[in-house]
This record gives sequence, structure tokens and C-alpha cells, in this order.
Amino acid sequence: MGRQGEALNLRETTGWAARDPSGVLSPYTYALNETGREDVYIKVLYCGVCHTDIHQTRNELGMIRYPVVPGHEVIGEVVEVGSEVTKFRAGDTVGVGYVVGCCRSCEPCNSNNEQYCNKKVFSYGDVYPNGQPTQGGFAAAMVVDQKFVVTIPDGMVLEQAAPLLCAGLTVYSPLSHFGLKQSGLRGGILGLGGVGHMGVKIAKAMGHHVTVISSSDKKRTEVLDHLGADRYLVSSDPTQMQEAADSLDYIIDTVPVFHPLEPYLEMLKLDGKLIMMGAINTPLQFASPMVLLGRKTITGSFIGSVKETEEMLEFCKEKGLSSMIEVIKMDYINTAFERLEKNDVKYRFVVDVAGSNLSP
Amino acid sequence: MGSLENEKTVVGWAARDPSGVLSPYTYTLRNTGAEDVLIKVICCGICHSDLHQIKNDLCMSNYPMVPGHEVVGEVIEVGSAVTNYTVGDVVGVGVIVGCCRNCRPCNSDIEQYCNKKIWSYNDVYTDGKPTQGGFAESMIVDQKFVVKIPEGMAPEQAAPLLCAGVTVYSPLSHFGLKQSGLRGGILGLGGVGHMGVKIAKAMGHHVTVISSSDKKRAEALDHLGADRYLVSSDATQMQEAADSLDYIIDTVPAFHPLEPYLSLLKLDGKLILMGVINTPLQFVTPMVMLGRKTITGSFIGSMKETKEMLEFCKEKGLTSTIEVVKMDYVNTAIERLEKNDVRYRFVVDVAGSKLEQQ
Repeated sequence: MGRQGEALNLRETTGWAARDPSGVLSPYTYALNETGREDVYIKVLYCGVCHTDIHQTRNELGMIRYPVVPGHEVIGEVVEVGSEVTKFRAGDTVGVGYVVGCCRSCEPCNSNNEQYCNKKVFSYGDVYPNGQPTQGGFAAAMVVDQKFVVTIPDGMVLEQAAPLLCAGLTVYSPLSHFGLKQSGLRGGILGLGGVGHMGVKIAKAMGHHVTVISSSDKKRTEVLDHLGADRYLVSSDPTQMQEAADSLDYIIDTVPVFHPLEPYLEMLKLDGKLIMMGAINTPLQFASPMVLLGRKTITGSFIGSVKETEEMLEFCKEKGLSSMIEVIKMDYINTAFERLEKNDVKYRFVVDVAGSNLSP
Repeated sequence: MGSLENEKTVVGWAARDPSGVLSPYTYTLRNTGAEDVLIKVICCGICHSDLHQIKNDLCMSNYPMVPGHEVVGEVIEVGSAVTNYTVGDVVGVGVIVGCCRNCRPCNSDIEQYCNKKIWSYNDVYTDGKPTQGGFAESMIVDQKFVVKIPEGMAPEQAAPLLCAGVTVYSPLSHFGLKQSGLRGGILGLGGVGHMGVKIAKAMGHHVTVISSSDKKRAEALDHLGADRYLVSSDATQMQEAADSLDYIIDTVPAFHPLEPYLSLLKLDGKLILMGVINTPLQFVTPMVMLGRKTITGSFIGSMKETKEMLEFCKEKGLTSTIEVVKMDYVNTAIERLEKNDVRYRFVVDVAGSKLEQQ
């Protein structure tokens, strides 16, 4: 039975799945629903590779069912739409992100914050309420409810649009929600991976003064010349850090492991916000006077809503923003995962899925 | 007026060392400058922070130290440039008595965040003299840091509002949490906590008091008017209350885990820390990311917020719950305060006490 209750035949597709916590991906053929009333059947063109894909395929966040086909920065072409789909037609270029289902009746769902629904369904490694497993975009095709599909604006380079669907959105959403979109703000970006590099680009495009904070001097030229940041600070240099005290309206913290927060709280101005992006299971620490005496905020954000995805894509189109990527074929994916773990990529791998041979 | 007179000699009760024991101390106040208001102290509240300061818990104490920053008094002299106050007015003084007037916080009515703010005691004034607080017969304060106590408010009731009251009012105002219908949590039931319950109820919030034991249930529900009482160690109660609060005012003054309280917050909920705790607090990022929750803090309030808060309390008929003591009881009061043995603020009847050395 399909997700809208109809009796359906199943068709098949092939993707690359992890079968166990080694996280190694290999071809896997599985059933894909026929197109239900609200569904969009998508032929995958490209899919970005996010650090979270590594965590998930290794079951590090503890919720995965194997085999799991990852991939949640999906660009595809609509092949077919269900009878109640009016927003999309065959041939449209669309995107799919990390969430493909939600309850539609809770407060978050009813306020365009469905990414915070307690019953949200992830695009892979999860199950729909009817028990059907979800599989992601490292595959030839996906069938997704229209609510979770976005149009890719005309004229965007498709492989560069893929990382916007998670990395771009993950930065755009908190800047939007916390009232940090206006020009003239002073922002900090901590960590320079997929999310970090989009943070620099989006913040610059919003007219912010952008400081990149890094643990070493290695990326200085890259960041100032190539990414366009205004300032580059090495966190282990006490003089630089002291000079930058009380200077930032916000910091986007993308560091994915335990790290001290004090040095970054010091950099915030009165009412400044430290926005955590990395899911770190080791507790982080702070001393209360640091937040009290400057009314500073520690908060976090998780991807963004479909509405914000649409806004963000329009924003990137308007400002001519794109991600910096390395395109690969699917047979390189395991090597790409290893390199991503060492942060050896500028700054996102994108799999050319349609141009790859997915079969064994 | 004032510049040719001798400096005034006053008696206060000061701590001389980190034992924190207070005893009579004679010192001088500056002459009444053009912007100054000379106040005869009527009464002064005792705040937990006074304890920290007299015992040098924050490692920045200078002795002798006359504490007290919830001061209500009567104006006895004003400087030539003072037009808002006249002799006989009943006024209040809080935690801050000076600021630079030049920085962004000073210029946007949030002078309590000025990096050069001057504390009402244990600090140094612009004339180089140490500042001394309200456990004294009088104080001299720049008019900017003086507020009128609304007509009809009892001075001893008004005193705790000048710190405990504004400490709760300020973040509720700043973080957009004043509107009716919100669901608030109050963690800890001391001076700030009890005002939190009263002010939040007066704003039309549903108020949950969260406590470590069941002891204060009747008190919280019947006396303070809270709507719900949760015992934090009761897993079932805490589970049922998950995802139910728009904000929590956390007044706990010592290390405590944050997860149980973050769980109580709804999407976009705010955990607002009030306590100065030098041991690091902890959290795991998924807890703030997966509900876009906020951990933040707030420190007293501005003069503008103090005035608003006093008007609000007057309008809603809010009073603090206090125990009035004479100055010779103050050391015992401080011992009891350390054990949280007070409902919910001591207020020293300064004008009715004998302050001089016996």
C-alpha cells in the first residue's frame, strides 16, 4: 500500500548503499513506489555529499536501518507527477533535501517549521508511517511527496545547486530566523567545510563583514582571496583573538567535534549569538557569567524549512552565489568519504549520479 | 550648594574581610554635586549577590565593603542640575550608580551592559572614592541612577523590586516574552524566583515552578499563585512536561545539569540563566539544534526597565514576599539566606535600626 493508502505496484531502482557500520557503499537494487497522488517521481541528476552522510552510514547517530542509500542534497528531473500535483511537471528541474515527511498537524508543521516536527521523516535511513523505508539521492531515482520538493531556479548550474539544499539552507535558515539578514552585520564563521564555505558566501552576499576563524594559518589566502572573507583569525593566537573581542554579532559554529566555547563567546558583542551547527554528542561547556554579562546567546539550528529552501535558492540565484565543489562519479564515492573525513575537499563533493554507472 | 561644605560622615555596616561578617563602619560621602541626589536610606533588600561579594566569592572584593543594592530612601538634598527629584521624594537605587554614557549600550538604554559601569558598592567612583551601598544611613547617587518609587507602594515592598524584580522583568521584556498566554517555567524559588512567579502570572502566563523537592508545592501553588509544580527528580512528571514551555527563568546559583530543563522547552524556547556560577555548565548540541532552543542570560535591567517594572508592579498590585529585619540581625539573616531559609527576601529596616557602634 502506498503512503496515501492506495494499492501500488512497486518498481525498482539502483542506488549505492551501506550495508553495515563500516559505511562502505556498493550497488543495491530496491523497490521504489509507483507515483502516488501527491508524489513526484524524480530521476536523480546530482547529489551532494554531506559530513552527516558519513555519520549516518556508520550509524554513529544510532538510528539507521541497513541497507541505507544516503544522499540528501539531490538535484533531479521530474519524470512523472501524481494526480494532485500542480506545482511540478515532467521535465522540471527540482531539488530534495533532508526531510521527506512530517505530521502536518503540530505547531512546527503549521508554522513553516516542519524541520522541527517531532515526527519528521528523513530522506534516508528512516521509515514512513506506513513502514516503508526511505532511501536517498545516491540512486537513479526517488519518489517524494510534493511538499518536500523545490523548484531549482532557471539558470543555476545544477551540480552547484546541490549543496545549497543542505549546506546552503543550514546557514541561511538561522540567519533568517534570528534576524541576521540585514547588511552591515559582523559575522564569524568557525570551520570551513561545506557549511562553513557557504556561510562565508551567503554572509558576504548579505552585506556582512565576515571573519573566518580557523585553528591554523593554512587557509588564510584561500579564505581571503578566494572565498572573499574580510578577516581571518587563528584561534590559537591570543593577540589576534584579544583584538577581536566584543566584535561580532553572530558566529556560525560548524565544528563537528568537542571544542571550547569561551574563546568564541568572548568575540561576541552584547546580544551576540553563537549558533551551533554540528551534532556533537560530547557535552560542550560555558561559564554562566559569560552569557549573563553580555546577554549572549548559545543556540542551534537544523537545516531549514521548505519555504526557507525556496527563499534561499532565489537569494543565491539573485546574488549569483554558487558552491565550490568537486564533481565525482559514483564509483569514487568511498574514496570521497575517506577524503571528506580528513576535510580534504574544497568544499563539497557532488556525485554526478546520472553520469555514473550505478549497477554492480 | 554643597561644594563648600565638609564631606558628610555616615555610618554603614561593612564587611572587613572574606568572613563576610558585617559591623558598624564610619566613612564619608562626596559632596552633593550638580547631578547628585543625597538619600536617607529607609530600607534595603538583601540579595544573594551580596553574599558572594562580602565573602569574596568572585575574587574581586575590596574591604571595608558596605553592601546593599535594593535601596529605598528619602531625598534629603539635590544638586543644582537635578529637576526630577525634590526633597521628600521616596526613591530607589539599584545595582549600578555610574556608566560611561558614550558607548552603544549607554546610548541605547541598556547601560547595565556598559563595559565601564560602576557598581553601587565594591567599585570605584569617578572621583576615585570607593562606592558603598545601602546598608547605611545614607547614599549619594547620580540622578540618572535614581528612580521614583510609585505613590502608595510600601518602601520595604519596593526594595526587592530594584534587583530581583527588574532581573526578571528585563529578560521577559527584551526577549519578547511579555504577552499573555505564554507558558513559563521558574527554576529556583528565592528572591528572583518568587518575583518571577508573580511577574509572570501578572503578565498572564501559565507558570510552572520547577523545584528539586516537593516541599514548596503548597507554597508555590497557593501562596505564590503558580499553575503547576514539577519536581525535577520525578522522571514521569518531567516527561509529561516535555516540550511545553516557551521560556524558563533559571535562578539556580550553583552548578546544575541543563538537559532536563532544555527538554521542557518548546521549539524556539529560551532557557534564561540568572545565576552567576563559576563552574562551567554543560549541554549537548543536538539538544539546542533539534528544537532551535536558546541558552542565554540576563543581568539586572536598565533604569528605563526599572521604571517600567515599578509602574507594572504598581498597576498589577504586585508585592514581594519579605521578612523585615533590623540591622543588628543582618549577620544572622545572611547565614539564613545562605541556606535559602527565607520567604523570599530579607529587607533591612535601615532607618529603624541603630547603626552606630554599640
